[in-house]
Amino acid sequence: MKYSIKDLKNQLLDGLFNKNPVLVQMLGMCSALAVTTSVTNALGMGLAVTAVLICSNVFISLLRNFIPQQIRIASYIVIISGFVTAVQLLIQAYLPDLNRTLGLFIPLIVVNCIILARAESFASKQPVLPSAVDGLSMGLGYTFALVLVAAVRELVGAGTLLGFKVTPAAYEPAIIFILPAGAFLTLGFLIALMNRIRSNLEKKSAKDKEEN
Amino acid sequence: MGEYFINILLLMLTAVLVENYIFSKFLGICPFLGVSDKPDTALGMGFAVMFVMTLSSAATWAVYHLILVPFHLEYLETIAFILIIASLVQFIEMFLRKFIPALYGALGIYLPLITTNCAVLGAALINIQNNYDFIQSLAYGFASAAGFTLAIVIFAGVRVRISFADPPKSFRGIPIAMIAASLIAMAFSGFSGMSF
Repeated sequence: MKYSIKDLKNQLLDGLFNKNPVLVQMLGMCSALAVTTSVTNALGMGLAVTAVLICSNVFISLLRNFIPQQIRIASYIVIISGFVTAVQLLIQAYLPDLNRTLGLFIPLIVVNCIILARAESFASKQPVLPSAVDGLSMGLGYTFALVLVAAVRELVGAGTLLGFKVTPAAYEPAIIFILPAGAFLTLGFLIALMNRIRSNLEKKSAKDKEEN
Repeated sequence: MGEYFINILLLMLTAVLVENYIFSKFLGICPFLGVSDKPDTALGMGFAVMFVMTLSSAATWAVYHLILVPFHLEYLETIAFILIIASLVQFIEMFLRKFIPALYGALGIYLPLITTNCAVLGAALINIQNNYDFIQSLAYGFASAAGFTLAIVIFAGVRVRISFADPPKSFRGIPIAMIAASLIAMAFSGFSGMSF
């Protein structure tokens, strides 16, 4: 079985859109709600998860024939928490500001359902290259969703984007969007929007088929 | 001595209401959305979380202060804690099945889900971060789990009502539930002005 450009494109599209981990599969909701108060935080968190996801997928895929079936979940958790600790120490050393704002949610990447879900449903059955691409595309999809939520919250709630003031001075920021309530509200509306777009696309493709 | 217990009570009250795990700290959202369809399953999950979180707070505190600190292995806390929690859940499951079958029947199906509940690991890490002593850790673990239970049971009640409503098609299921959660979170943010 050869890995082609088409497979790569499909996998990337799946991760970013069709099977977006946050907006479609509803995985990793805790961090999607908690760290999305600003785009910078969302970007940092998304890239940290992507790094862990690629490493753990590659490693689990390499070991897929050696890990006994009965203790596979425990083994995955040990592998994942090893990489999370490495990422945590790196962030502590080189990005102390990010470490302070993300705080607890960096070690909590261990129990982020996305990583365990990809390990169980993909990396444990597939060769190394597709697993690495899967980690990359799911990680980017997660980052994309987080940045989307954070952009809405930061723009409406603080009038800034990436820390720069973008709204006119007359605009009074709606603080509620920075508060926890705004997180639920924004994510709820974005998931609904995603449902709408997907059902429209499905209708369109069904219509195309009929016409052919 | 009396002051110590008053502090513990205030710590618990803060953990339940002001810093509610679901509505202000965002820990444990997956089970919150997953099992909050009916009030009785929500209550079952809540009790299972309370049980596990109290025990795991004690176990992780002991391991951190008695093993990791003396050997200067603090950087292994994440790995150590997740292993403790995973094995503790497994152990509780076996213990309940053997000795208290009635409780196992009520909580059994929720136990495996708890390993990947970020609230449990979160509480363990917060205990260490805030330098709580053993009693405070126990109290904090129990109270945050009680706050989680409160949130999930309230929310289950709301979701029962939502299931009779007729929202637009794109909003059905999780999106409308998130918006309901947002309204409850607004109510809970009323507590945030209180400081004990």
